[in-house]
Amino acid sequence: MNTLVRENRSSNGERQATEQFIAPAAAVLENADGYTLEVEMPGVSKENLEMWVENNELTILGRRAIPSVEGTLIHRESRPENFRRSFEIDPSIDAAKISAKIEQGVVTLILPKAEQVKPRKIAVA
Amino acid sequence: MSLIRYQTPNSVMLPSLDRWANLRNDLDTLLELPFWSGLGRQSQLFSGWTPALDLYQNNDNIVAVVELPGMRKEDIEISLQDGTLTISGERKDENVKDSAARTERFTGKFRRSITLPTRVDVNKVNAFYKDGVLTVTLPKAEEAKPKQIQINLN
Repeated sequence: MNTLVRENRSSNGERQATEQFIAPAAAVLENADGYTLEVEMPGVSKENLEMWVENNELTILGRRAIPSVEGTLIHRESRPENFRRSFEIDPSIDAAKISAKIEQGVVTLILPKAEQVKPRKIAVA
Repeated sequence: MSLIRYQTPNSVMLPSLDRWANLRNDLDTLLELPFWSGLGRQSQLFSGWTPALDLYQNNDNIVAVVELPGMRKEDIEISLQDGTLTISGERKDENVKDSAARTERFTGKFRRSITLPTRVDVNKVNAFYKDGVLTVTLPKAEEAKPKQIQINLN
């Protein structure tokens, strides 16, 4: 779970392959209408969250706001790196209808299935 | 049978070699990580949920910063006893109706205790929860604060 993901492509052309990220813990849930993706990004606010879809790949990048605590660090367990993770999007997902929210450090993405792949009952004539 | 134009190794081999080099770099950085940093995360596998906790100290306060993504404020409990700070709580699974295709998120109870390095003033402890990060500020007790001692001449 603490995979280091190397950035091999920059979104704004400035950052190059030097920054390291950690892959955040995620959960994928499925129901008839689509998928729900939950990604844990503690310390990331709405302003510091970037998401994009490119070549059937959804990338979520979250930058932590470094807690402004005065004083010396005497015990550390958290990781200083920012979060980044990519997911391959199933062809059944309607990429144009993906919606997202962030609440207390958890990003929730709703990925609806395209209408034509939803289960449909066929009436017997 | 068609003839395939001979391609020089330079143009064919290099892009793939480059990817191997990247992989090698990744493996190197992974191996250079301190052993215990991986171990700390690994232990989550066996003991359930262990949120990461950082502790800071300055002249007036001890500050604990805990990563608790996706909690409700009501589900976090903070207590202080005999100089030990305990943060506990429970994360409830709200998506029971959907089937989890894959999950790495923890649900259920957690409990973290840490012995504080100095005495604190229990009545002035302050906590706030933002962006999934809990910050607990514990003011040091008067007798634990560093004091300047004046040197008197004569």
